[in-house]
Amino acid sequence: MNLRKILKNGFLILLASLVLTACATQKKTTGQLQGDVYTGKDSVEYLASGVPDRVFFATNETVLTTASRETLRKQAAWLRKNSKITVVLEGHADERGTREYNLAIGERRANSAKDYLMTHGISSDRISVLSYGKERPVDSGSNPLAWSKNRRSVTVKAN
Amino acid sequence: MIFRYIILFLILLPLKVFAVIEVDITRGNLSPLPVAVSPLSIDKDSKEEFKKILKKDNIGSEISKVVENNLKQSGLFNPLDKDAFLQKPDIANLKPRFEDWNLIKAQALITGKVTFVDEKLRVEFRLWDVLAGKEMMALAFTTVPSNWRRVGHIITDKVYERLTGEKGYFDTRIIYVAEEGPKTKRIKKLAIMDQDGFNNKFLTLGNELVLTPRFSPTNQMVTYLSYFRNLPRVYLLDIETGMQEVVGDFPGMTFAPRFSPDGKKIIMSFAKDGNSDIYTMDLENRIVERITNYPSIDTSPSYSPDGKYICFNSDRSGYQQIYVMSSNGKNVKRISFGTGIYGTPVWSPRGDLIAFTKLHKGKFYIGVMRADGTGERLLTENFYQEAPSWSPNGRVLIFYRETKTNSKGEGFSAKLWSIDLTGYNEKMVKTKTDASDPSWSSLLSN
Repeated sequence: MNLRKILKNGFLILLASLVLTACATQKKTTGQLQGDVYTGKDSVEYLASGVPDRVFFATNETVLTTASRETLRKQAAWLRKNSKITVVLEGHADERGTREYNLAIGERRANSAKDYLMTHGISSDRISVLSYGKERPVDSGSNPLAWSKNRRSVTVKAN
Repeated sequence: MIFRYIILFLILLPLKVFAVIEVDITRGNLSPLPVAVSPLSIDKDSKEEFKKILKKDNIGSEISKVVENNLKQSGLFNPLDKDAFLQKPDIANLKPRFEDWNLIKAQALITGKVTFVDEKLRVEFRLWDVLAGKEMMALAFTTVPSNWRRVGHIITDKVYERLTGEKGYFDTRIIYVAEEGPKTKRIKKLAIMDQDGFNNKFLTLGNELVLTPRFSPTNQMVTYLSYFRNLPRVYLLDIETGMQEVVGDFPGMTFAPRFSPDGKKIIMSFAKDGNSDIYTMDLENRIVERITNYPSIDTSPSYSPDGKYICFNSDRSGYQQIYVMSSNGKNVKRISFGTGIYGTPVWSPRGDLIAFTKLHKGKFYIGVMRADGTGERLLTENFYQEAPSWSPNGRVLIFYRETKTNSKGEGFSAKLWSIDLTGYNEKMVKTKTDASDPSWSSLLSN
């Protein structure tokens, strides 16, 4: 609980500083975090037009947000259309956790995504899961925005 | 191969001496014991022989430098400047003039002699109590010349044991993960080195990600996590032969491995369908046993030294906490109740304490608590640090620490650090590359 408070305070400071630098760097930086879940487009790639490859998570959380479920429904639709494609769901954590626990939480995040794809008609045979824990961040920064981009599950084409 | 050739001969048992010096290692030692390490004396012929083999001008002084550095690093001893020594090494080893050593305020004196005998290195050394004017210990042993650094470590272990009453930790090695490259594409290799950072050797090439190596109590084997073929699995590696094998046949990721205290089992986590539980595999009969069965993350298991209990990390209460259970998985009990979240519990080889990593208000701590969860004590605080590993005598912890990067993601580093159980003597352990996930071996010789 304390942790959350700290992170929230951290975000206020972060958001404030982003607002200050916003004009120089990005268009709509204040819209990049909801709670502490990343909602921006930076680092996101596309499996097909309009089908983002990744979903983001809150600190210590493995549940899917509304936005994540929308992304995964698009992925499921794309997979249904392309029935020969198999995917690996790569689960990741931010650097603010112990290595072994992060491996487990990465696995759990990828499985949250897998379960959702399965409930939308994708066979588990077509989905494998791989956790990288905190070993492969996309953003090497040590700040809440960087950490939010790193807490993710990425759907990668396997064939 | 390196371990094999040490033969210890006890030539003189310490007589009953009433030593006035002793070192208390149970509290932070703010006034380390002044000790004079006289260079080991060496005759001319031996000197030449060793020079040929080892390319060292004077192997006697080289060995005493190893001892001196060990004593200094321990924080318990203050090795005195050799320039102040009045007596020559060979004469000091026969009969020290205690007044001379007293004059430079040495309380303990180490002398010795090294000779070349039958292609081998023979060393004898003595520990003297300067104030009482008495010999405290005398030992001799023979080994292959290439083991000369180990000779220095063994001497230190004997001196440490005589003066503190507890086994040393100097003739040991550290296995760790050597790191290079940008944070987003880090290259990681298994590496091994002597406890003092010398004889560093890489054990893998860096083609695949490797994590969390841990020594077997028998020292020849290491268990670790490798992403070979992008399948994260627990492996077993024989350091001497280089042979590797996957541990068990699990349909998914296995991780967080450690040996049982008898070296016969590996305990680890197996993750499937978003749930991580703890399993063991017997290395002889390959029988796999499930130890926990709970819909939460159960990981980082570590046995008590008697093998009867396991401490582990679980988020079954909602956040990461430390639990203890019987080795069959029964009688699970949460032991961490302080503020913050707790991870990486590891049982002290002495059995009384569990070291851990704690995250509280955005800071990471290395701490210890008793096995029942009482007496929590935080030893060090930083931006990021984790994964303590105990010295074999349970007096020192080694762990790794990462630095914060700036807004551009620059300035990252990962280094090994050690700290005494007392919370004193915190220092960086020098490595050529960045380093993480250290594991301390047990004593190579006894």
